[in-house]
Amino acid sequence: MSVPHAIIASFPDTPSFYHAAEKVRDAGYKKWDTYSSFPVHGMPQAQGQPRSKVPIFTFCGGITGFALGLSIVWYMNYFDYPLIVGGKPFFSPVFPFPIMYELTILLAAFGTLGGMFLTNLLPQHHNPFFESDTFLEVAGDRLLIAIEARDPKFDVQSTRQFLESIGGTNIEEITV
Amino acid sequence: MASSPNDSPLSPTQAAILSKVEPAELVEQPLVANDRDFNWVTNKICRIVETKTPTWWWVCMAMALLTASFTGMGLAYLVSTGVGVWGLANPINWGWAIVNFVFWIGIGHAGTLISAVLCLLKQGWRTSINRAAEAMTIFAVICAGIFPLFHVGRIWFAWWLFPLPNANAIWPQFRSPLEWDVFAVSTYGTVSVLFWYMGMIPDLGVLRDRAVQRLKLGAYEGSSWLTKRMDIFRKYFYAIFAMGWRNAGNHWRNYEMAYLVLAGLSTPLVLSVHTIVSFDFAVAQLPGWHTTIFPPYFVAGAIFSGFGMVLTLMLPLRAVYGLHDLITQRHIDNMCKICLGTGSIVGYAYIMEFFIAWYGANPYESFAFINRGFGQYSWAYYMMFACNVFTPQLFWFKAVRRNAALVWVMSIFINVGMWFERFVITVTSLANDFLPSSWGYYSPTIVDVFTFFGTFGVFSVLFLMFVRFLPLMPIGEVKYVMPQADPHCHSSHQKGEQH
Repeated sequence: MSVPHAIIASFPDTPSFYHAAEKVRDAGYKKWDTYSSFPVHGMPQAQGQPRSKVPIFTFCGGITGFALGLSIVWYMNYFDYPLIVGGKPFFSPVFPFPIMYELTILLAAFGTLGGMFLTNLLPQHHNPFFESDTFLEVAGDRLLIAIEARDPKFDVQSTRQFLESIGGTNIEEITV
Repeated sequence: MASSPNDSPLSPTQAAILSKVEPAELVEQPLVANDRDFNWVTNKICRIVETKTPTWWWVCMAMALLTASFTGMGLAYLVSTGVGVWGLANPINWGWAIVNFVFWIGIGHAGTLISAVLCLLKQGWRTSINRAAEAMTIFAVICAGIFPLFHVGRIWFAWWLFPLPNANAIWPQFRSPLEWDVFAVSTYGTVSVLFWYMGMIPDLGVLRDRAVQRLKLGAYEGSSWLTKRMDIFRKYFYAIFAMGWRNAGNHWRNYEMAYLVLAGLSTPLVLSVHTIVSFDFAVAQLPGWHTTIFPPYFVAGAIFSGFGMVLTLMLPLRAVYGLHDLITQRHIDNMCKICLGTGSIVGYAYIMEFFIAWYGANPYESFAFINRGFGQYSWAYYMMFACNVFTPQLFWFKAVRRNAALVWVMSIFINVGMWFERFVITVTSLANDFLPSSWGYYSPTIVDVFTFFGTFGVFSVLFLMFVRFLPLMPIGEVKYVMPQADPHCHSSHQKGEQH
């Protein structure tokens, strides 16, 4: 027996797509998303989504990189094998600054990419959406809104009617 | 200005004239020409990798592989014989290897500038060129990395560059700009790959979905046996790297934030990399190297040469794939103007170096510059000056910028000039330093020439592979700058219908 996973509806152009997203948000749905092959300006607000949490990962990566840069230079040139260069102090936070600078950026970049994957719950190679031909057309120019069955307000009949009422066409049920 | 006509202090005649005067309509050139729709953009970019490999690609690939083999042979000879096969001899121990390293690493800078700095500055025109420029960055860093790595002579000890203890338990010494350079260049290469890859994820998803669509449709009658197998390959290849991207609004939200943050990280990175490369010279006490102008001057030169290379690569690609609606005259104009701007900064730096050498009243410094202009390497200096200072000035003229063939030729001049700049800096200062008794003259050997010549082949092989297998332009970003993508657009731009 096939269990409904989501109901998808298509929209003809970006403005109607955007305004439909605002209506889904205002109707109180929680487990839903928009699908488009390009980022739509202002869509996070229209979907009522909070600010992305990716910068937190960036910050953690950056702090780690800075501390790592500082500590490797201290450990290697001061603690483990003090290296005499021109009779200068073995350690100072000034001369290895480029090391700290570069490692800060390096680990912050890894944090950002990792944060993007974590916040988006990727990699996720299987998803019931991929079975739908309509969904695959998002790669071209289709604009979709999908309300998922795990939403507490989800009901096959009323959700379908709701999507029709906000201008959705080609309404399709995706099953698992 | 907000006053209504009734209470305006204008006389009736003035008011009558004013009512007739209409503000001139400022037409902004669209970033995607000819009013194309979303599907057109997707098809145009995807078909570059989905259709049969064109003949010119095979021809270019064969030539590139042949050229690349020169580097392979040069390096094999060097490793088996010793670093003496290069023309390095006292006092010039930094010859072509360092010149080529700085040349290639500089080329890379335009890619990061386009993807990061222009992103932060909200320059919409970057979208259609940034992917290829980022690819150029990565491949240029690979070519650059070859030279210092083999310049160490005993390549099997190259791991001493990394923060690992050697056989005597000694660690690298972090006061050396050369060690900073290891960190700067390896970070630059890594972050460029991360940025490039992350930007590509949505497009890999598009290529995956299109392959799945074709496989589901199953219309393979009449096509060769390879066509279907290639689609099966594409389905899995692109799916693995797309990581299950679904084009969801939530995905885009986090992706756009991550993209912005990476752009913010890459901007200080790109400025630091060539700054640290310039420290390799500026921290030394050699006349002609020991100057504070080096970091900004190197960064400007790097961007200048990088944009030269972007033009060298993109103009033929635009012609061969008919991408004129995506890389419009506006894009070319903008790139030419950046060449003009950075080229002028470089020209200013050349003149300022001379001025400071005189004003600083250091006889060695003055000699170094007079020697550059009139000494044994003056031919290289004039080559550099002609290519870097005079060539970009032609970009003031609209007629020049609109002549794609001429722009392409000038972009080659820029690359030649920037190579000579590094030659002049590296070699003239080393050849004639403080003591005339230690002076020398450097000439490269045939191994030097072959190894450098071959890196253009290495670069071309990688770039051709990129063009053939990966999306040449960020599809989502190109669509984003189209009027149809604006959710508040109420013009006639409706999706698809008008064609």
